[in-house]
Amino acid sequence: MPALTFGIVVFPGSNCDHDAQYALGTVCGQETRLLWHKETSLQGADVIILPGGFSYGDYLRCGAIARFSPIMKEVIAFANDGGTVIGICNGFQILCEAGLLPGVLLRNEQLRFSCSYVHLRVEQNTSRYTSACVPGEVLRIPIAHGDGNYFADAETLRTLEEKRRVLFRYCDPDGTVSGGANPNGSLRNIAGIMNEQGNVMGMMPHPERAVEALLGPTDGRKVLRSIIESVVVHGELTHSSLS
Amino acid sequence: MYLAKITITLRKSILDPQGKAVHHALESLGMASMKDVRIGKYMEVRIDTNDKQEAERLTDESCKKLLANVVMEDYAFSVEAV
Repeated sequence: MPALTFGIVVFPGSNCDHDAQYALGTVCGQETRLLWHKETSLQGADVIILPGGFSYGDYLRCGAIARFSPIMKEVIAFANDGGTVIGICNGFQILCEAGLLPGVLLRNEQLRFSCSYVHLRVEQNTSRYTSACVPGEVLRIPIAHGDGNYFADAETLRTLEEKRRVLFRYCDPDGTVSGGANPNGSLRNIAGIMNEQGNVMGMMPHPERAVEALLGPTDGRKVLRSIIESVVVHGELTHSSLS
Repeated sequence: MYLAKITITLRKSILDPQGKAVHHALESLGMASMKDVRIGKYMEVRIDTNDKQEAERLTDESCKKLLANVVMEDYAFSVEAV
């Protein structure tokens, strides 16, 4: 299987860029490129990752300034053209601010930065981010955020549910979606969603931090493997690598 | 030159946990009659124009595009000549 090229965008304040590079490159054997936010080319990347961190110090609102970085114009064009774009944690916040995903991430309900392992229920496996999982499967993956409280209006939530665009929900170890399992107050325990076309995904938990057995659970690999296999196998290879 | 004074608050429909925490603190100070605290942001922006309408238009546009996220926030502003 030919390796994909993952473009990992580096904003001032990104701090999971190298984790993503390690997980996708060293662990998953893919090509990776770090893309400084001032660049105006995606350099032939097949998949774009907006990593976690605190871009621009979370000034104004999380992701609000990063959304206007020069490279984001290319990322938005790439996404509108069907390219696969994944936002993790701060990346999810940036995608919401950029209007590529609906809703917003509010301050955690309990007002505390939350850094712990959580359980995630995989809601469906027809997306390119969950294809290596079984529906209802429970993944153990860490979170680390202060603003991960997913909010959207009732109409948006209804659409997300109807179109099965909620990919991951916080749950108990047995897969029960409960209030006690919700680490931040997210509506309907939402931890990850995708856009209508299915090519843009955002999640607050960090799959790239759960890839080495030496360090803990490796369930993050399932998310990364889904992406790698889907983008190649299902011909979802996007324009930059075909042109 | 105009000075825009902008206030941004969480929309009424959204629970404001910071406001709630501050309200608890006010209660513990014995100020029980103080109800419903909402925390927001205040910004001042100087605008290089002599046209008040232009200053208002720019302020409104900047709020919609950047300063506020209308999914979760309401904004209000005034502009005055300085």
